[in-house]
Amino acid sequence: MAVALTSARPAPADDDVPRTIVSRPSRGDLIFRTVLRLAGLSSFAITGLILVFLIIRSTWAFRTDGLSFFTKQNWIFVGNDFGIGGVLPDTLIIGVIASIVGIPLALATAIFISEYAPARLRRTLIAVIDLMAAIPSIIYGVWGRFFLMPRAIGVMSWLADHLSWFPPLKVTIEYTPSTFVGSPLLAGLVVSLMIIPIVTSLSREVFSQAPQGEREAAYALGSTRWGMVRTVVIPFGRGGAVGACMLGIGRALGETIAVLLVVSAIFKVNWHIAQSGGNSIAALIAGEWSSASANQLSALMAAGLVLFAITIVVNSLAAIIIGRSRSGAATAD
Amino acid sequence: MTTVDTGARQASQPSADEPLRIRTVTPEDVLTLVGAAIGALGLDWLVYERLLPWTGALGFWVCWYALFALFYVAAATMRWNRLVVRDKTVAVLVSTGGVFATAVVVDQIGYSFVKSLSAIVHPNFWTSTMVSTGFLQPLSSGGMAHAAVGSLEQLGIATLLAVPLGITAAVFLAEVGGALARPVRTIVNAMTALPSIIAGLLIYALVVLSFGLGKCGLAAAMAISIVMLPTVIRAGEVVLRVVPGTLREASFALGASHWRTVWKVILPTARSGLATAVVLAMARGIGETAPVLLVAGYSNSMNVNAFSGWQATLPTFIFNNVYVYGEYPEYVERAFGAGFALMLVVVVLFSIARILGGKRPGELSKRQLRRLRREAQQS
Repeated sequence: MAVALTSARPAPADDDVPRTIVSRPSRGDLIFRTVLRLAGLSSFAITGLILVFLIIRSTWAFRTDGLSFFTKQNWIFVGNDFGIGGVLPDTLIIGVIASIVGIPLALATAIFISEYAPARLRRTLIAVIDLMAAIPSIIYGVWGRFFLMPRAIGVMSWLADHLSWFPPLKVTIEYTPSTFVGSPLLAGLVVSLMIIPIVTSLSREVFSQAPQGEREAAYALGSTRWGMVRTVVIPFGRGGAVGACMLGIGRALGETIAVLLVVSAIFKVNWHIAQSGGNSIAALIAGEWSSASANQLSALMAAGLVLFAITIVVNSLAAIIIGRSRSGAATAD
Repeated sequence: MTTVDTGARQASQPSADEPLRIRTVTPEDVLTLVGAAIGALGLDWLVYERLLPWTGALGFWVCWYALFALFYVAAATMRWNRLVVRDKTVAVLVSTGGVFATAVVVDQIGYSFVKSLSAIVHPNFWTSTMVSTGFLQPLSSGGMAHAAVGSLEQLGIATLLAVPLGITAAVFLAEVGGALARPVRTIVNAMTALPSIIAGLLIYALVVLSFGLGKCGLAAAMAISIVMLPTVIRAGEVVLRVVPGTLREASFALGASHWRTVWKVILPTARSGLATAVVLAMARGIGETAPVLLVAGYSNSMNVNAFSGWQATLPTFIFNNVYVYGEYPEYVERAFGAGFALMLVVVVLFSIARILGGKRPGELSKRQLRRLRREAQQS
């Protein structure tokens, strides 16, 4: 028998106390459970290794620069004038643009697929969106570079002409054919199209799990379809959808190839998003990798450490929000 | 508002026992929609072409959409009350937003496919490498065979590394659980969203530098396995939880130990779901560019040895062609061709996953059911 039941002591006759049950698993099971626990701890091990090795390899950069690593806006290693003071805000700019464009579209698509689409179309759309989420990001990056970039220049010059009262959209440099080419706005658009499938498929799953009884109750009380969505589906799915959005934001911040292919890399902050020049930490690492000396490598590892920290923070926030919400709790444990 | 349209039949055959056809889209809905669209088109032409100084097709259609929304709200307000108008407006906006987003994403794939046609029709594209192809040579020379081989080798090694570990961890989360399970699950969820380039940095620091292996396919395979691992664990755990608890309890009742139960009962029952999880992770792993770029180098020639020497993969082939040689149109077309090959692999893997995953645990395929029925008839 694998499990032996013994009691600690016989309970007195007039005491209604539950027996303590001791189960002693066999040796094979003990080894089995230990192996399983080690496998579970492997995820900790990998994350720990990432932290440890990134810190070890980036010590030179932090020792040379100290905290000015976060404020300097250059990448020159003769004289040690390097820092991600420009690249970090640029990363956030691209992430914010991608989120502003992509998340509303993704949530609208998720609500459309789960609530408004006819049944046959729904199955096809779900399959299509899930497939889109699995397509490698390099294909989106190449599409952005060759399809979107030439065509978006017209739109962006229009924006710069007519919306120049809005400071981020103003263009401060001369208008040449390449003024708008490598802009953060374009990179943000390409990345937004990349996060739409992921956010849509995750949100759609959450929205479709809203309880049928509550939906029918809303209809029975005389609400319209939008009223039902507004009062039942969205409040139910809010946590899961917010979690999905944060995953999308995390993906937008960490997206390497699409940004690298589209943007003209600079190391300073560029607040004028319609004009050429931008970067992201991941694109910086990938772009500078092949020509990196040992010192430059250390600086790139330091940048990777910062990106890792940002991603952990965003994902922890997402996990907390999902865990506290109704939809997340329903799907989590 | 739903409208019950009983049709003319009901009135003439009151005794027929036929179900009512309930239509939620009435002719009024359709006419309002079409009328708003046409009206917006007319006004848009007038305003855009004759009055406003802007030009271009994109602006025309953006203006049309804005006018269409306005016209639709106006027309709906004339017919129905406030609640219905709000409902219909949201339906139209959400539907157009959803269709637009889906269309754009599908168009990306379609564009990549169309641009790849010029390269993939050449047989040498599938069988030769780029080792003897110069800058200006046409598409009839050179190919991505070395990249395909590299991709498949690295994917194979990464699967061998990630799947046993991942399934074991999934079994831990589903079977043992306990206090350790929640932090592990949190970490696994965090790892799912980790930028893959950080996995590349870890492998570079650990394997390439500290272990001294140098840039090779094995290092890239390890980086890919780090990216695949969280997917396998999460999807695997979901699948293992769906296995009915009664099976497990029956196995315990028959005297099996825990590991025997898992090995003989739970894993075979969840086999199709676990296979789906593995295939989905493989589809994710094969598309990884950034970590492979960092730790596998790049090569123009065929390198079958994944344990030494730089290796090209399909994503790095595409990246190299576009980033370094982007001005040469032949290189760009080869990149799109390799993109087609990559998409083909992902679509095939995805279809396999859907076929495998369609069965619930314990559910038999049609062929197995037929065989059982035949055996029952014979006995």
